[in-house]
Amino acid sequence: MTYQEPIGATKTVDRAGRSDAMIVAQDVEKWYASNQFHVLRGVSLSIHKGEVVVVMGPSGSGKSTFIRTFNALEEYQKGKITIDGIELSHDLKKIDEIRREVGMVFQQFNLFPHMTVLQNVMLAPIWVRRRKKAEAEAIAMQLLEKVGILEQAKKFPGQLSGGQQQRVAIARALAMQPKIMLFDEPTSALDPEMVREVLDTMRSLAKEGMTMVCVTHEVGFAREVADRVVLMADGLLVEEAPPEEFFNNPRHDRTKQFLSQIL
Amino acid sequence: MTALTPQTADFGPPAAMRDTPINWLKKNLFSPWYNTIITLVIGAIALYAAYTFGNWALTTAQWDVIPRNLQLLMVGRYPSELYWRLWVLLGLVAVFSGLSWGVVARRAPQLYSRNILIGLAIAAGVCLLVPTPLPYRLLLLALLLVIAITAWVGQQAGQRLPALGTWISFGWFGVFVTGLILIGGGFFGLESVGTNEWQGLLLTALTAAISIVLCFPIGVIVALGRRSPLPILRWLCVAYIEVIRGVPLITILFMGQVMIPLFLPEGMRPDRVIRAIVGLTLFSSAYLAENVRGGLQSIPRGQGEAARALGLNPVLTVSLIVLPQALKAVIPAIVGQFISLFQDTTLLAIVGLVELLGISNSILANPQFLGRFSEVYLFDALLFWGFCYAMSAASRWVEAKVNVDH
Repeated sequence: MTYQEPIGATKTVDRAGRSDAMIVAQDVEKWYASNQFHVLRGVSLSIHKGEVVVVMGPSGSGKSTFIRTFNALEEYQKGKITIDGIELSHDLKKIDEIRREVGMVFQQFNLFPHMTVLQNVMLAPIWVRRRKKAEAEAIAMQLLEKVGILEQAKKFPGQLSGGQQQRVAIARALAMQPKIMLFDEPTSALDPEMVREVLDTMRSLAKEGMTMVCVTHEVGFAREVADRVVLMADGLLVEEAPPEEFFNNPRHDRTKQFLSQIL
Repeated sequence: MTALTPQTADFGPPAAMRDTPINWLKKNLFSPWYNTIITLVIGAIALYAAYTFGNWALTTAQWDVIPRNLQLLMVGRYPSELYWRLWVLLGLVAVFSGLSWGVVARRAPQLYSRNILIGLAIAAGVCLLVPTPLPYRLLLLALLLVIAITAWVGQQAGQRLPALGTWISFGWFGVFVTGLILIGGGFFGLESVGTNEWQGLLLTALTAAISIVLCFPIGVIVALGRRSPLPILRWLCVAYIEVIRGVPLITILFMGQVMIPLFLPEGMRPDRVIRAIVGLTLFSSAYLAENVRGGLQSIPRGQGEAARALGLNPVLTVSLIVLPQALKAVIPAIVGQFISLFQDTTLLAIVGLVELLGISNSILANPQFLGRFSEVYLFDALLFWGFCYAMSAASRWVEAKVNVDH
């Protein structure tokens, strides 16, 4: 294996003894500051390089909050999270370092409405990676072609359909050449006929070997693409299994109940 | 399929709905019956007012006070042999106004639309009719011409050089500094002109311009500080805003003019005009900060989260993502604040500075022009209205141009 450990990184070995873990979360606990609500009550999960993990669960189960801790959009109070060998801490430098390696796609797209599609994708490579403008533009055009929006490059996000906007958001995250992609309900705000184009883009990304964590209720996508499906409920990780087993043969009653509601 | 083909022959709206002037009048002014009554009553009042005013303006009013004092109203006691410096400044402002106009409208299909041409013609007429010696009138006309021509230049150049807009912004800053040097002198061999000789409309425009330029960045910084996660900074900004907003402007100006000299020794007292500008700036900054804060709050949280998820640090997140959107959202409120700042400069007359209103008062104190209040103040009002209307028209125009993008 030619994989080079990043300098200064500690070698992370997860419970299964595998050492190619990209994300290792151990007993993560979080309380909301405003009302002391215990939203994550000790969640552990490790995700390997190239793995696609789908996180399911009823609303309020803490699944979005959980994956948002991976790039420090949410703080946590107890436990330990290691991303690609770097431990998440309050050290701002390390947080920025991790955010450069972790791309995120949001439910509401969160494109920057005052910039063109192309500018949205070029922004972070130029300002964070310090790429030259021409270089950033070349990367951006390549990514926009990949997600099928090349001809819309000069338009503003508001002129695009929801599905197109979400594909731009994926291209924007990919422009940083991340090692991990987080998807926070990427199709929940879309009209039904646009869900497919976004899932197709995610599917091809998975085929290329991207490490992905997706919060989604798309069972078809989970069955076909996921290596593992996990169920979260009430701030706990209830079930963790390959998709066949998860959907056909769930072990826990909470999973059965959840599946009976969505299938 | 043939049944779905539209019959193009006579598919227009019925005659009563077509947009003829008569229909418009019927629809908007004379239906239902109570609308007719309102129209007639208001029309009668308006006609009576117009008649009374016209009668006064054409028969009773003695307008000669304006042409005889026009130079005083404009620049007060500013030395007449140095007027050329003011004309140079006006020329610079004209060039950059034209360029900016052209660059902002670089994608417009027609730079000189019908309305713009009508506006230019009216402005040209006003320039020619101003009651002042002919050379000055021709100079004014030339300025107008410069604006129109540089607008075309700006449009052509703007289509070819995308960075021109940025350069013009820096250029405006250069104009601002050059303007201060031209008016005040004291550099590059220019004869120095003391601030007590800056008077009339010149002083009004100058204090307003400097205060606007200074209060904008201060307001933005205070607004950001008020949303800062650092508690001390946040409290300081809140305290500043609440203290300033709790005190009338005239009090601040009096403190500046009367109290500060009491605390400072003779040689260290800052200039009176500078003290006035500081007062206006401090006052407007607090209000501007609240306007900008409104804009900041209107930006969804997801914008900042997306920027941070991409690895942008907090400074870049605010300056590239949040602030541009926030400021765009509150352009009307910000320009409204600038307009009221411009009007608030009249309070300087009360604390003894000779701006437009101050010089008007001293003209009215001249026994020659006793009792000509209506004429002089009406003229002042017209000038103020002109400036303020120009500001609000420009803001609406810029807003439309900026929002065309999405």
